[in-house]
Amino acid sequence: IMCASAKYNTRGPALIPRMKTKHRIYYITLFSIVLLGLIATGMFQFWPHSIESSSDWTVEKRSVHDVPVVKLPADSPIPERGDLSCRMHTCFDVYRCGFNPKNKIKVYIYSLKKYVDEYGTSVSNTISREYNELLTAISDSEFYTDDVNRACLFVPSIDVLNQNALRIKETAQALAQLSRWDRGTNHLLFNMLPGGPPDYNTALDVPRDRALLAGGGFSTWTYRQGYDVSIPVYSPLSGEVDLPERGPGPRRFFILSSQMALHPEYRLELEALQAENGESVLILDKCTNLSDGVPAVRKRCYKNQVFDYPQVLQESTFCVVLRGARLGQAVLSDVLQAGCVPVIIADSYILPFSEVLDWKRASVVIPEEKMPEMYSILQSIPQRQIEEMQRQARWFWEAYFRSMKAIALATLQIINDRIYPYAAISYEEWNDPPAVKWSSVSNPLFLPLIPPQSQGFTAVVLTYDRVESLFRVITEVSKVPSLSKLLVVWNNQNKNPPEDSLWPKIRVPLKVVRTAENKLSNRFFPYDEIETEAVLAIDDDIIMLTSDELQFGYEVWREFPDRLVGYPGRLHLWDHEMNKWKYESEWTNEVSMVLTGAAFYHKYFNYLYTYKMPGDIKNWVDAHMNCEDIAMNFLVANVTGKSVIKVTPRKKFKCPECTAIDGLSLDQTHMVERSECINKFASVFGTMPLKVVEHRADPVLYKDDFPEKLKSFPNIGSL
Amino acid sequence: MQTRKKYIFLTFLASWLLLFLFGGDQLRRFSFFSGRKAEARRNWPRWTDRSLLKSFADAEELPRDGDPSLLSPRERRAAWLSVYRGSRCRMETCFDFSRCEKHGFKVFTYPRERGQPVSETYGKILSSIERSRYHTANPEEACLFILSIDTLDRDHLSGQYVRDVDEKIRSFPLWNGGRNHLIFNLYSGTWPDYAGDLGFDIGQAILAKASFDTESFRPGFDVSIPLFSKEHPQRGGDRGWLYQDSVPPRKKYLLVFKGKRYLTGIGSGTRNALHHIHNGKDIISLTTCKHGKDWEKHKDTRCDRDNIDYERFDYQELLHNSTFCIVPRGRRLGSFRFLEALQAACIPVLLSDGWELPFSEAIDWGKAAVVGSERLLLQIPSAVRCIHPERVLAFQQQTQFLWDAYFSSVDKIVHTTLEIIKDRLSPHRSRSRFLWNALPGGLLVLPDFSTHLGDFPFYYLQHGSSPSKKFTAFIRAVSQGGSLSQPILRLIQAVSGSQYCAQIVVLWSCEKPPPPSGKWPQTTVPLTVIQGRRQLSDRFFPFEAIQMDAVLSLDEDTSLSTSEVDFAFSVWRSFPERIVGFPTQSHFWDPEQGRWGYTSRWTNELSIVLTAAAFYHRYYHSLFTEYLPAGLRELVDGLAACEDILMNVLVAAVTKLPPIKVTQRKQHKDVVAQQAECRDGAAGTPPPGQRSPSAPHSAPARVKGTAGSRRFSQRQDCLNQLADWFGYMPLVSSQLRLDPVLFKDQVSVLRKKYPSLEKP
Repeated sequence: IMCASAKYNTRGPALIPRMKTKHRIYYITLFSIVLLGLIATGMFQFWPHSIESSSDWTVEKRSVHDVPVVKLPADSPIPERGDLSCRMHTCFDVYRCGFNPKNKIKVYIYSLKKYVDEYGTSVSNTISREYNELLTAISDSEFYTDDVNRACLFVPSIDVLNQNALRIKETAQALAQLSRWDRGTNHLLFNMLPGGPPDYNTALDVPRDRALLAGGGFSTWTYRQGYDVSIPVYSPLSGEVDLPERGPGPRRFFILSSQMALHPEYRLELEALQAENGESVLILDKCTNLSDGVPAVRKRCYKNQVFDYPQVLQESTFCVVLRGARLGQAVLSDVLQAGCVPVIIADSYILPFSEVLDWKRASVVIPEEKMPEMYSILQSIPQRQIEEMQRQARWFWEAYFRSMKAIALATLQIINDRIYPYAAISYEEWNDPPAVKWSSVSNPLFLPLIPPQSQGFTAVVLTYDRVESLFRVITEVSKVPSLSKLLVVWNNQNKNPPEDSLWPKIRVPLKVVRTAENKLSNRFFPYDEIETEAVLAIDDDIIMLTSDELQFGYEVWREFPDRLVGYPGRLHLWDHEMNKWKYESEWTNEVSMVLTGAAFYHKYFNYLYTYKMPGDIKNWVDAHMNCEDIAMNFLVANVTGKSVIKVTPRKKFKCPECTAIDGLSLDQTHMVERSECINKFASVFGTMPLKVVEHRADPVLYKDDFPEKLKSFPNIGSL
Repeated sequence: MQTRKKYIFLTFLASWLLLFLFGGDQLRRFSFFSGRKAEARRNWPRWTDRSLLKSFADAEELPRDGDPSLLSPRERRAAWLSVYRGSRCRMETCFDFSRCEKHGFKVFTYPRERGQPVSETYGKILSSIERSRYHTANPEEACLFILSIDTLDRDHLSGQYVRDVDEKIRSFPLWNGGRNHLIFNLYSGTWPDYAGDLGFDIGQAILAKASFDTESFRPGFDVSIPLFSKEHPQRGGDRGWLYQDSVPPRKKYLLVFKGKRYLTGIGSGTRNALHHIHNGKDIISLTTCKHGKDWEKHKDTRCDRDNIDYERFDYQELLHNSTFCIVPRGRRLGSFRFLEALQAACIPVLLSDGWELPFSEAIDWGKAAVVGSERLLLQIPSAVRCIHPERVLAFQQQTQFLWDAYFSSVDKIVHTTLEIIKDRLSPHRSRSRFLWNALPGGLLVLPDFSTHLGDFPFYYLQHGSSPSKKFTAFIRAVSQGGSLSQPILRLIQAVSGSQYCAQIVVLWSCEKPPPPSGKWPQTTVPLTVIQGRRQLSDRFFPFEAIQMDAVLSLDEDTSLSTSEVDFAFSVWRSFPERIVGFPTQSHFWDPEQGRWGYTSRWTNELSIVLTAAAFYHRYYHSLFTEYLPAGLRELVDGLAACEDILMNVLVAAVTKLPPIKVTQRKQHKDVVAQQAECRDGAAGTPPPGQRSPSAPHSAPARVKGTAGSRRFSQRQDCLNQLADWFGYMPLVSSQLRLDPVLFKDQVSVLRKKYPSLEKP
C-alpha cells in the first residue's frame, strides 16, 4: 500500500495545474493522511532505539549496583537440563552465523541485570571481577557485536563462573527469560567451578538446555566433544604475582607438590614417594603457625620450612597437579606460569582447550593407579624434552591462561574454528611457542615427490637487447631433451623484439613476453605460460653450458624439487672486521647461493617472490637493478630451511676466453654492492637463512675411470 | 500559483520523508550517522566500581576444594567401574591395563574355527594382526584380543551376516565380558535407520568401526576407522595420484560429485540437494536416481534429466581432474568416496554431520579436508573458492601423506588402530599430535625410542634444531679372535682421526672373545667393544652404547681415509634422514623375468648404499629392530647377505627418497688383507674381495667362485622377497653423487679442503 501511494504522489506535480479546486481538498486530505502515516512510522522506527541507548548503555559512569533489577516469579520457566547428546550439527543454529568474508562469528552480550526472586532476595552476586573482565575482553574483541539481530553467539551477563555462588533454580529461570534464549540455542556459558557437595558434578548443575558450556572441570563423561569447550580454572594469582620466565634447565627439586587440600590417600602416596627418593621430592602443605597478616594463600610449608607461593614452583622441574573434589584445579595455572612441567593426575579430566592444545608437549599425564611409579616415569624423560616442556608450559600460560581475556578469546576462537573450519587456526599456530615459530620452517613443498621426468622444464630467458647472444642461448638450450617450452622475457620497452622469422627454429614452443617496465623482478613473475613445475632461469649470455650439463641439472632438480639447483655457486661470509656479511665469489670450498643466471627451481617460488617477498625487498631490487638472485636465494632458504645444490664443476659461463670466474665484473664496486644486498636482506628477514654446504652434485660416474660413452652425462665441462 | 507551490512543497516534503524512511535505514547505518555510530557502539560498560568487584572465588576457596567426607580416590575409582559401563565405557573403567604390564602390548587373535568362514576383508584384518610385531599366539601374554568371528558386516539383510554371535561369544572362555577385546565393524544397522547397533552385546569391548557417529562414539575408547572396499590391498597399497605440485592447481574442475541420490529415507536430504550447486562449468555435481530395485516408483521430475547428465561424465575422470571432491554421507555416515578422494589428492569436502572422522584421535583432518556442514551446502562453492592456492597446495600434499601413512592398505589401517590403542596405555610414552600429522607419520615413529622431536631424523627443520655435530663409528668385526687384523687397526686410526668422531663402538660378532683392552689401539676417542649375538641383523640393533645421532656403520675391512669420513659427515648433516655412504648398488625391474633385478656393476644410477661404509641416523637401528616384524628379520638372518638391502629398503620406505652417494677414493676395501674369518654360519660375511662392488671387476658375471654367484643370487632373492613383504618396491634411484665443491677442479690443491679425495 505504501509503495502504491508513493507512486501516485510522485506523479502529482504534473497533474496539479489541471486540477479543479474541488479536488484540492481531496488531495490535501490525502497528503495529510500520508504524512501522518509516515511520521507515525518514523516515530515507530526510531523511538525504541533511542530509549534503549539512552537508558542502558550510553551513560558511561555507572556502578554495577545501578543496573536494573529483574524480579523472577517463582513459577517462571526453568530450562531443560543440559542435553548430553548435543553437537554442533544438532543443537547449534549455524544459520545465524552466515557466510562472511572475514570468517568471524559475531558475539552479543546481554546487558547486565540484577535478578531477584519473589521475595527480593538476590539470585547471585551480580557479577564477579573475573566475569566482568571476561565480558570486557569479548566486548573489546573483533568478535563483538552490539546488534542482537546479527549475533551468532549470545553470552549472558549472568555470572555462573562459580556454582557455589549462585542459586541453581533461580539462575536457570533467569537464563530462560533472556530475550533470545530459545532453549539456549547458540548461548555460551562460562563456568570454572562446577558442582557442589556432596557429589561435585563435573559440569555446571544449572539447567541450561542446549547452551554451550565453557567449563573448567569436565570429565570425559560430561564433556560433549566438539560442542563444549574445556577451559582452565583461572588463578587470581596470575594477575597478582609477577613471575619472570626462568630459563629452562635443572632445578632444585625434581618433583614438587604444592596443593593444600589433598585427599589423605594421595598425600600418603606422595609421602611414600618422598621417603623413597629423598630430597628431590618436596611435598608442601599449608602452614599452621603463620603470624597474623600473612596471607595463607601465599605460603606453603614443609615441616618448619616456609616457602613463598607461587615462587617455590619455579624451584622444581615437575609439579604435581592432583584432582581435588573437582577435576579442574587453579594450581595448574600457577604451575604453568612458573614454567614447571605439570604432572597431571586426574583420571578422566579433559584438559583445558584440549580440542586445540597438544598437552603431550607441555605436561605428563599419569593415571592415578600409577602414582607410585611417578618418579621412574618422570626420570625416563630426556632432559632436552623436559626443557622443551618447560618452555611449552610457560607459553601455554602466556597465551591461554594468564588472564580472563586470554581464556575468553581462546574459547571464542575455538568455536569460531568449528563454524569456519576452512579458515581455522592451525595446530602450529595454537601450539608452537614464538621461539619455535621463529626458528622452525614449514616447507610449502613438504611432500617427498620426485616429479615425473616427462613433465620437462620451461626455460625463462630474461633479455634486454643482446639479440645475438640470446639466439645462441636459445639454440643451446633447445638441445636439452627435457626442455618443454622456452619463454623469452623481453624487458626492453624501447625496442621491439626481432620478427618471428628471425628467431632460431627450435623443436619446442617459444614464447616472447613483453614487459611493461624494465624490472628485474619480471624474470620471476609466475607467467601462465609456465606450465611445468620446473623453471630454468637463464641469462641471455650464458652460452657455455652444455646440453648434458643442463639435462643433468634438471635430473638433480627432480630429486630436490624444493631447492634452488644451479650452476654458478656463491658464498656469504661473516666479516669479523667490519662486523657484517660479505659476498664471496672466489674459489671457495663452500657454497650458500646459486645465481639465477642459470638455475632450476620450482615455479611455486615465482609466486612467493612476486607476492610474498618480505618487506620492501622486491621494490628495492627493482630500484637498484641488482641482487634479484640473492633475494631469491634468501626467499627459498627461508621458507624451506634447506641449502642450495650447485651442480657440475662448471665455473665459467660466458666465454671460453674469460679469465675471471665469470663475465660478471669482479670489480670492487660490484662486490660491495652485492655485500650490501646480503646485509640488507638479512636485516629484512631478521635472520640469515642461507645454509652453507661443502658439496656439489656431479653425475654418479663423473671423472670415474669408465668408458665415457657408457656414461649418461659424459659432456660435463671441467670449468 | 500559491496553491501550486504549496502542492509542490508538500509533494517534495512527502517524497523526502519517503526517501528517508525507506532508504533511511541503510543511510543511517552507513553514511551520515556512521561517525556518531562508531562512537556509540554499545560496548560492555566500564563500571565505575569494577575494581571493587569481588573475585569469583575467594582466595581461600580455590586452593581448598577438598572435602574430607568425599569418597576416597580408591573408592571413587571402584565406584566408576560399576557405573561407567556399556555406552559409557572409558579406558579407565572398561579396560584392564594390568594385562599389558608384564608382556607389553601383545595382541592375540582367536584361532579360526572350522566351518566358520570369514569374509575376505576380515581375513585380511586378521592376517594384518598376525603379521604385526604385536601378535602373540599365547592368550596368557595378551593385552588385546581379536575375535575370529567376522563382525564386519552387521547388516542382517546382508549375506555376510553371522548369526548367533551372542551365543558364540559367551562360549569363549577368554571373552570376560568383552574386556580388552577389540571388535572391527564396517557396516552396522540396516534399512531404514542404519543405526549403530551391532546385533549382539559387545560388553566392554573396544569398537573399531566405520561410519561412527559422534553420539555413540566413546571418546578415548572406541576407534573410528575408514570404510574400505574388499579390494583394498593387504599391504603396500597403491600410491596417491599426486605426482606434481602444480601452482596454481591446474585442474579442470573445482568441485565434483558423482553418485547416487536417495529418493527416500535416511541420507536423502543431503544427496537430494547436491544438484543445486552444479553449474556445468567448474562445479560438477551429478546424481542418479538409479539405485535399488524400485527406484522408478519414487522417481521425481528431475530424475530423467539427472540420469542423462549423469551418464555424460566419468567418475574416474572427475576424480583425477578436480581440486575438491564432495564426500557426502550415504545411508551411513562414511562412504568409499572418502578414501577414493584422499588417494586422488582431490581434497575431500565432507558433508556428513556428526561423523566421527577416521582416526580422529590422531589425525588432524583440518589440514587435509574441508569439514563442511550438511546444512550449509550452498555456501560450499564460495567457501572453497576462497581457499588460497597455497592452502590448496598444502591440503593436497597432506591428503597424499595421510593416504600413504595410514590408509593405503589394510595393514596400515589395522596397525594405526592398534597404535592408537597402544598409545593410551602409557600416555607419557605416546605420540603427540604433531608426530601423527607430520611426515613420515605416526606408524614410523616409535615413542618407545623417544618422544622428543630432536631425537628423530625427520623433524630438525620443523623443530628448529640440527643433528648432532659428532658421530659414533660403529664397526662390525668378524675376524678371528686373538689378534686384530691390519685393516681394522687402520680403520680405527682413520676414523678416530676425524674431528667429528665422538666414539668408536666395535661390535664383536665372533665366537671367540674379543682381544683384551690392552690390544686395542690407543685412540683419542673412547672405544667400546660389545659382544654381539652373531646374527646378521645384530648390526642394526639399537645398542645403548651408541650415543650420537649419526652412526658411521663400517665393516672391519672397509678402507676409508679421515677426509672421506669428514666430507661424508658434512654431507650427512644436510640429509640426516637418508643413508649417506660410499659404495653403492642399484636395482632395476627385469621385464623378461618379471622380477626385480639387482646389480653391483658400475651404473649411472644408484639405489642402495652399502652399510659397510655409510652414515645414517641411529633411529634407524630402532626402526629396524623394533618396527620390522620378527619374521622379516629372520628372513634376513637366514639369507646371509641381505641385511643391508633391508636397511636400505626400510629407509627408502620411510623417506620415499633415494640414498646419497659421496665421493670415495678407488677402493673401499683392502683386498690385500685376506683375513681368515670365522665362517660359522650366519655370522660370517663373505670374503671381502667379492664384496667390493665399486671395483669394476667385482661384477657378478666375472666372479668365478661359486660363493660369489650364490651371494649375488641371494641378494637378488632377498630384494624380491622384501618387495613382496612391503607390497611394493620402496627403493628409489638417484643419478647423482655429491663431491666436494672444488673436486677435481683445475686449481691449486692448496685451495682445496679435501685434496686427498682426489688421489688415486
